Amino acid sequence: MTASVLVADDDPNILLSLEFLLKQAGYAVRVAADGEAVLSAVREAVPDLLLLDVMMPKRNGYDVCQTIRADHGLDGLRILMLTAKGRDIERDKGMALGADDYITKPFSTRDMLARVREMLARPRQ
Amino acid sequence: MMDTGLVLFTSIAYLALLFAIAYVVDRTKERGHGSTLVYVLSIAVYCTSWTFYGSVGRATTSGLGFLPIYLGPTLACCLGWLVLRRILIVAKANRITSIADFIASRYGKNPVIAVLVTVIAVIGSVPYIALQLKAVSTSFSILVAAPNQLDSFLPLPPVLLDTALWSALLLAVFTILFGTRHLDASEHHRGMVAAIAFESVVKLATLTAVGLFAVFGLFGGFGDLFERALETPALEQLFHLDGIEHGANWAGMIFLALAAAICLPRQFQVWVIENRDLRHLDRALWGFPVYLFAINLFVLPIALAGLLTLPRGSDPDLFVLTVPLAGGASGLALAAFIGGLSAATGMVIVETVALSTMVSNDLIMPVLLRLKAMRIAQRADVTSLLLSIRRIAIIVIVMLGYLYMRQVGNAYALVAIGLVSFAAVAQFFPAILLGLFWPRANARGAIVGITGGFVVWLYTLLLPSFAQSGWLAQSFITEGLFGLWLLKPYALLGLDGLDPVTHSLFWSMLINIGGIVGISLSTRQSGLERAQAALFTESGALQGGAVRLWQGKAPLKELRALVGRFIGIERAEAAFADHLRRRRLDPAGPTADAELVRHAERLLAGAIGSASARVIIATVAEEQPLGLDDVMRILEETSQAIEYSRRLEEKSRELEAATNELRVANERLKELDRLKDDFVSTVSHELRTPLTSIRSFSEILHDHPELDDGQRRQFLAIVIKESERLTRLINELLDLAKIEAGGLDWQMARVDAAELVREAAQSIGQLFRDKGVVLELDLPDNPLPVEGDRDRLMQVLMNLLSNAVKFSPAGRGRVLLAADRVGTQVEIVVSDNGPGIAARDQHVIFERFRQVGDTLTGKPQGTGLGLAISRMIVEHHRGRIRVVSGTPGEGATFRVTLPLRPEVIAAVP
Repeated sequence: MTASVLVADDDPNILLSLEFLLKQAGYAVRVAADGEAVLSAVREAVPDLLLLDVMMPKRNGYDVCQTIRADHGLDGLRILMLTAKGRDIERDKGMALGADDYITKPFSTRDMLARVREMLARPRQ
Repeated sequence: MMDTGLVLFTSIAYLALLFAIAYVVDRTKERGHGSTLVYVLSIAVYCTSWTFYGSVGRATTSGLGFLPIYLGPTLACCLGWLVLRRILIVAKANRITSIADFIASRYGKNPVIAVLVTVIAVIGSVPYIALQLKAVSTSFSILVAAPNQLDSFLPLPPVLLDTALWSALLLAVFTILFGTRHLDASEHHRGMVAAIAFESVVKLATLTAVGLFAVFGLFGGFGDLFERALETPALEQLFHLDGIEHGANWAGMIFLALAAAICLPRQFQVWVIENRDLRHLDRALWGFPVYLFAINLFVLPIALAGLLTLPRGSDPDLFVLTVPLAGGASGLALAAFIGGLSAATGMVIVETVALSTMVSNDLIMPVLLRLKAMRIAQRADVTSLLLSIRRIAIIVIVMLGYLYMRQVGNAYALVAIGLVSFAAVAQFFPAILLGLFWPRANARGAIVGITGGFVVWLYTLLLPSFAQSGWLAQSFITEGLFGLWLLKPYALLGLDGLDPVTHSLFWSMLINIGGIVGISLSTRQSGLERAQAALFTESGALQGGAVRLWQGKAPLKELRALVGRFIGIERAEAAFADHLRRRRLDPAGPTADAELVRHAERLLAGAIGSASARVIIATVAEEQPLGLDDVMRILEETSQAIEYSRRLEEKSRELEAATNELRVANERLKELDRLKDDFVSTVSHELRTPLTSIRSFSEILHDHPELDDGQRRQFLAIVIKESERLTRLINELLDLAKIEAGGLDWQMARVDAAELVREAAQSIGQLFRDKGVVLELDLPDNPLPVEGDRDRLMQVLMNLLSNAVKFSPAGRGRVLLAADRVGTQVEIVVSDNGPGIAARDQHVIFERFRQVGDTLTGKPQGTGLGLAISRMIVEHHRGRIRVVSGTPGEGATFRVTLPLRPEVIAAVP
């Protein structure tokens, strides 16, 4: 069964590249360009993994992450956070709010894919 | 009748005991500050034979009328915290030797005041001393006379057989021995004070014994005595207080006694000069009233017993003796005689010590000092001369008292002299009180006040008392001087109805206080007076000469020798050495500075009084008298000190303000640090975002050679576009940094804004045409010259126009570009018909990275730095950039105003 990945980023070019890469890797890919779109997409169908950008309009990545983690029905959803703000504090904040892993932009596409694969290989504790 | 020999022997034995006490105490080493009890008892020297015998006499005629004399001192003690305490502190700090010295010292060490006070004190006191001697003599006679001799109208004994003469001489010897032991009159006479305290005990004990005898020996206790008295109509009235019309007399009497309790020379001596510890005063202030209460307890019972048991016509002033005599208790009568003797001798001893000090220091010394022929200050040793003067003064004063007694005999002047004396010394009271609490009171005022009061006293009390004694015509009292009724001494200016003493007190105090206040208000103080006044009235200056009075210097050797001549070479050298050591000065130095000169003056003042000390010191020190200039200088120094302190305060305020500013600046720095941190974080985000796309697509292109051509082109176009975005961003960041750091090279020149706008429209035209947006131009014909950097201003216009086209709807967008003169400004307007900017965002769009876009369609293109840079450029040109946007969807209008060049403003109004 193909794993499903939801990609959330407000930059259309980044969104396009991620969508292309994940599809190439054989995942079922959906996209969202802002926080609210992410939450409605999750409510529609829960993906196996959420690739979540922090800086997004309407509701930012932290907000989305917190909302998802407050819902125990979504406990199995893996969250991989993406951010262009490179400070440790942002990374710590993301992890504290319930993200499972964290990638800083710009990233190596191979590295990103390896992380996704790795996370999907085992269930979330 | 008692055996003369026994009485004489007892008297002499008693006096010998006094000598012994004084001798022993003087010989024993001084330990601590002495006893409080001795101090309290010595103050009871207030109670003389006038109290011992006279109170009972007074009580037989006026009942409780004797009480004011003791209520006054009690009141004085109540005020003691305020007045006596202050007098003591000041006197100790200034080595005051007598009341004359005290008053003169307060008023600028004025010698005239010292003389005045001394003369009044002597005139007031000699009759009082006479009264004491008379009491001794009379009581002696009564004791040895026939038992039926119950009044004092005895023929005077021959001089050489007069007990009064011999007791006077004995007292003079005692006083010389124990009252002039030290040269320094400000030192304590411990032996004398101890003897006086002992005498106070004897007085109280014997009077109480007589009282107990009267009440329990002659009658069956207080109840019996008072019942018997009430049965006698003539005595019944004694139990009532005088009517209200006598209220003024009571008040006058109380005030008189209050003043006397402080101003009598002997009271000043025991209160102030003989005080060894300020703490003693605290206890004396209640101890003394207790003593007065005790000694008055049996006055009325003895008076009543005398009136009831003795034949009519007996002298009530002698009841204390005659009541026990008539009762057959001759031993008690002898004891009472000793009690009266102790009251009399105590008074004579202390009074003569006090007076002799005043006479020698304030009367004789100033005269001797002024007699050039005496060359007094040049004498090798003045100490023995001084002591001799004092000893002679003692003998003269006592002898004056004796002569007065012999001359006046039994006349009225002697009997009433107690109150008359009080009224004389009461003239010092206003000068002391005002001197302590009113800094403006000056020497002229004091001289006029004291003299005026004294003259009134002389006229209304002393002269009439002479008239009553038959020395003057009786008509002086009944008809007034020259027969003028307005000048009647007991009813001056028609003031009638007061007893003579209160009447005199009223007029003398009116003149006295009026004189001091009036003259002080209308005349100025000299510099020295002002300094002394400050010393006496300001508690802060009480600790001894904080005010700098001396501008002069003196040769150290001469000064030391001079002081040595008056107080003894050894003492002078010790005192000088001590002073120099304390101040770490060179003892071999040639000159004494102002402070040492002042110290020397104080040393001398202790021996000869402040007024004389001043004269002496002036002979060696080059004194510049404290004139107006010096006062001004002192004032200036003071104001400099005040100014300095004011400046310090200001500095402290400034520091506080600076601290505040620093705190605010620190807050601001922290805020800026946070902003910078945010900025760096934002820049990082803005740089990383395009870089992410570039890297991702580059890797995709690299890893997927199988991609079709269309896709490959699409991805490459993204890489190129993002690279451009990155470049633009970096350029703008550098611009921003340069402008902020002030490092931009502004090429300021005359620029025609209208032409600039036209050029901008031309160069951006293609962008508008591509998107199908119409650009309308509205420009005036004449140029709009501004001072500016052409390229930078162009950058602003391009930024505004590209924003306008970006937010205008494709195909139907309209952008208006206009420029015109508005007052002294050029205004450039860029207006679009895009979505507009919400009111809450209008003030943030000029901040860095604060882009506002349609959140539904994602972020707008651009770096988010354009408007921030535009604002900086416009503000550098002293212009403004604003945005106006009304209802959403109806577009936004940016207005840039720049100042016109000045010459254009001048040319075209």
